[in-house]
Amino acid sequence: MSSRVGVVVFPGSNCEHDVVEALTGLGAQAELLWHGDLGVGDVDAVVLPGGFAHGDYLRPGAIARFSPIMASITQFAAAGGPVVGICNGFQVLTEAGLLPGALQKNSGSRFLCAPAELVVASTQSALTCDTAVGDVLRLPINHFEGNYTCSAEVLRELRDEDRVVLRYVANPNGSVDDIAGVCSAGRNVVGLMPHPERACDPLLGSDDGRRLLGSLLSAAGTAAGVLAPS
Amino acid sequence: MRFPVLVEVRLRPGIADPQGATIQRALPALGFDGVQEVRVGKAIRFTVEAADETDARQQVDELCQRLLANPVIEDTAVTIG
Repeated sequence: MSSRVGVVVFPGSNCEHDVVEALTGLGAQAELLWHGDLGVGDVDAVVLPGGFAHGDYLRPGAIARFSPIMASITQFAAAGGPVVGICNGFQVLTEAGLLPGALQKNSGSRFLCAPAELVVASTQSALTCDTAVGDVLRLPINHFEGNYTCSAEVLRELRDEDRVVLRYVANPNGSVDDIAGVCSAGRNVVGLMPHPERACDPLLGSDDGRRLLGSLLSAAGTAAGVLAPS
Repeated sequence: MRFPVLVEVRLRPGIADPQGATIQRALPALGFDGVQEVRVGKAIRFTVEAADETDARQQVDELCQRLLANPVIEDTAVTIG
């Protein structure tokens, strides 16, 4: 049976249909979830897509973390359910405390919209389980606040626990330790700034995103056997 | 009583501030050669209903912690009255 993936729509999200299209192309049943809903329903994985949730007012993700659906996403994550935040979704996950650190303005003060090369730093996560360490993936980045920042203590913890998932080959935004994506201690919550859903067809210049979203569906398949239906 | 409140949200020391750096780099062209340590933050003004100033400060401190600042990169300075 194909995995069911919920893609959360906040006011101001703008990548949700791309994510649904990419997941559908990989054989998943993807459905949109409204941020005002109280539950995530019977899904096997959740994706928080890119965009400008709640206009990015105050800080990206600062208001979105209080959206009604976030309580059930936190519960879903605590039960081991795979949760992936892409770009603005990553910012929401850090604001919600589901991932450590914060995303600060790019060091060059520029909005970046370009292809980026990423190297897989850990395969122990819901988004990289079907890749190999050292694999180089080409994915687009599209952000102004993608400069991953954390305390020296948190960075040490991320490295020691092998929780840096993806690194930039050429750091575009000043992120500490070239970090493009990290995962939670449970390895089921993953955030990344690049957009795998925009690199799922050779016509778009790369289909490397399929390897990450395919990994998510593998993780969702495993999680489906473990998670009790809610 | 209603208390007027000013919350300054500032990047914590040591956190890079690309906006501040850009402003600082623009100043010499205007003849301001002596300006250093430019840091950009936010100023948020509002009023709060509270029994007294201590109560107002308690409410505002919690508000800062829960919403107005991200403690990973920011801190706040609160002025009441």
